[in-house]
Amino acid sequence: MGHGIDALFLARAQFAFTLGFHIVLPAFSIGLASYLMVLEALWLRTGRQVYLDVFQYWLKIFAISFAMGVVSGVVMSYEFGTNWAVFSDKAGPIIGPLMGYEVLTAFFLEAGFLGVMLFGMNRVPRAVHFMASCLVALGSLMSAFWILSANSWMQTPQGFTRTPDGRFFPADWWAVIFNPSFPYRLAHMVIASYLTVAFVVGAVGAYHLLRDRQNVAARTMFSMAMWMAVIVAPIQLVVGDQHGLNTLEYQPAKVAAIEGDFTTEPGQPLILFGWPNMRTETTDYEISIPHLGALVLTHTWNGSIKGLADFPREDRPYSPVVFFAFRIMVGLGLLMAAAGIAGLVQRVRGRLYDTRWLLRTMVVMAPAGFIALLAGWTVTEVGRQPFTVYGLLRTADSVSPIDLPGVATSIAAFAVVYFIVFGAGLVFLLRLMGRAPTVGESGPPKGIPVRSAGITPAPALDDAHPEHPVRHS
Amino acid sequence: MIDLPTIWAAIIALAVLAYILLDGFDLGLGLLFSVERQEEDRDVMVNTIAPVWDGNETWLVMGGAGLFAVFPLAYAVIMPALYPTIIAMLLGLVFRGVAFEFRFRAITERGRIWWDRAFLLGSLVATLAQGLTLGGLLQGIKVVDRAYAGGWFDWLTPFSVLCGVALVIGYSLQASCWLIWRTEGALQRRARARARVLAIAMLALIVAVSIWTPLLSTHFTNRWFAWPNILLLSPMPVVVALVAWGFWTGLSREHHLTPFLCAQAWFVLCYAGLGISIWPMMVPPSITVHQAAAPPESQMFLLVGAVILIPIILIYTGFAYWVFRGKVKPGAHYH
Repeated sequence: MGHGIDALFLARAQFAFTLGFHIVLPAFSIGLASYLMVLEALWLRTGRQVYLDVFQYWLKIFAISFAMGVVSGVVMSYEFGTNWAVFSDKAGPIIGPLMGYEVLTAFFLEAGFLGVMLFGMNRVPRAVHFMASCLVALGSLMSAFWILSANSWMQTPQGFTRTPDGRFFPADWWAVIFNPSFPYRLAHMVIASYLTVAFVVGAVGAYHLLRDRQNVAARTMFSMAMWMAVIVAPIQLVVGDQHGLNTLEYQPAKVAAIEGDFTTEPGQPLILFGWPNMRTETTDYEISIPHLGALVLTHTWNGSIKGLADFPREDRPYSPVVFFAFRIMVGLGLLMAAAGIAGLVQRVRGRLYDTRWLLRTMVVMAPAGFIALLAGWTVTEVGRQPFTVYGLLRTADSVSPIDLPGVATSIAAFAVVYFIVFGAGLVFLLRLMGRAPTVGESGPPKGIPVRSAGITPAPALDDAHPEHPVRHS
Repeated sequence: MIDLPTIWAAIIALAVLAYILLDGFDLGLGLLFSVERQEEDRDVMVNTIAPVWDGNETWLVMGGAGLFAVFPLAYAVIMPALYPTIIAMLLGLVFRGVAFEFRFRAITERGRIWWDRAFLLGSLVATLAQGLTLGGLLQGIKVVDRAYAGGWFDWLTPFSVLCGVALVIGYSLQASCWLIWRTEGALQRRARARARVLAIAMLALIVAVSIWTPLLSTHFTNRWFAWPNILLLSPMPVVVALVAWGFWTGLSREHHLTPFLCAQAWFVLCYAGLGISIWPMMVPPSITVHQAAAPPESQMFLLVGAVILIPIILIYTGFAYWVFRGKVKPGAHYH
């Protein structure tokens, strides 16, 4: 069973599609798990009801997004084999154990304590419940650690030997795990997920403040989110810059594709906009600022970076995608930093909860973190092409021997199922977020009346779901 | 001879067994939605597994990632060979996993019914696909030059279909016994009646698969019927029969936990039988455990983590089950 370029393209499309859906969920879970942990800690420390209310409010949202993350993650653990069998055989001895550690240190930890966190508030002592929340947050961070180590190794591989038939064998695990791009990528990604959650929480708080300025829980959410935005967004800009310099050192072709610049020249300009034309090796409709590229990337006035035309044609990533994805990411990053600063200014002036334009802006910016995250992921992954293991194993040589009709069928099935499932999930999430937080917020899903005594004393009838008339029989 | 590949084959085998034992009744509950139609009963059923299903499914990820890590060649051959069944299983699991959360979120009655159907259908597809995958692997996979070399529908044979049906019956039995343990009243009574029928069907299918498997290849035949193996392995059917005796005694004396444990024991025995048949192959008929193995550096690196972490995982998984122990009643405070 041979494979043409079309089967390869569909295999890539399927992986990108399923991973694109998946990646936003763990990113959201990482940030939200940490936020929930902080809220519970604040509640335990201060005893203030509002922290518990906000905790319970977001816990319900966490339950749904986590479930979607789990099921889309199970898919990922098998898709390496189904669609990238040759890659799995060749790079499995290195990538596999990293993912194995992810399962052992992260997935089980999250899954094991998630049940206690979601449903155990009345079953275990407070300290034990808090420990469960901490372990879920820790698990989500451990997961990020290992998966980003694996991803970074594919970008900047080291610490391996190769067999005559091209398989990668580990030589030095420390070098494998802490490969050159890993610390930057890990920091960039974890901060991105914190920022993503900050803007979602901020948007929900703002949305409810626009309706009721006195809602204490909404004020708490909004205030905490604006603190996060103003502190974390600028840090992210610095980390992103460092990550970029690291990429310039190890993956210069990716940076050339990001810049959309085909030529190498002293005093490299920064191309703000244009269309990198891969065929003619020019950037059409270019708008650029002289010397700025040199200043950003080499931190010198007359520095230069290698243009895309100086790389062999068959080793060039497809610049238009990388070029625009990068600009979307950076643009949103700057907007998020600006929103954070605006929030600080209004806070200092004592008008944080009363500035309608700020509240409206924050509502509109709800998906900013998600979009920036997906754009950044596109930059790094498309920028790695045409390789799976950078410079060493080509994507075309990594794919499974699955014919076009096979991949076409599976990608269609994934598309249908994912749009139904994640579409519905989004609706449920938005509905939960659209409901104003209340005093005495209930825990995760109920809507079921207490008909007979459970093992624990019956909780107060849940008034959080008036939309369930049938169930309140 | 115990070496790294042998140890890892045992660990992966145990992870998959843990998955079958733990997620089997989860999937079975979805299958039982076909006969349990009352909303309140369905709520109770789902409530019995709500806090633990996620951890149960993690063993499947462990199986996949483990295979990738320590037997990459097997992973790279099995997944493309069984592409349609693996993809179907994954899609089935996606559907049922979210249907589980969403059925409590549906606003309208129709919406809830729709997600209930998704839960049933997803469970059915996932279970059938797992059975077909098992059958497809057992009957052998054609390999040339470290890659799958068979056709698109090699996995679809009467034998693999039989395995699929057997798993549907087996998981339904698991779930019925789980309900006997974790529920009470009318739901428990119906589960008891159903377990009786399902157990008879399951035993018949065990016999059918046991007779058919040795016919698939001379390797399997010799494994079971060559001297002295036949003597060493003869207690297997006896133990299956003993478990059957325990099952029926427990059922008729209305024990709560015994039927579940006996049903689990059947699965362990069948699984052990498969292991005996297939060893030392990893991908019959051509790739052995040792041929599929990753280099010792990879296996050793992950083994350190596995030896330390798997016992800890078992402890806190046990803790989660303990926290949510006891009968689940209608209207319990978690879903």
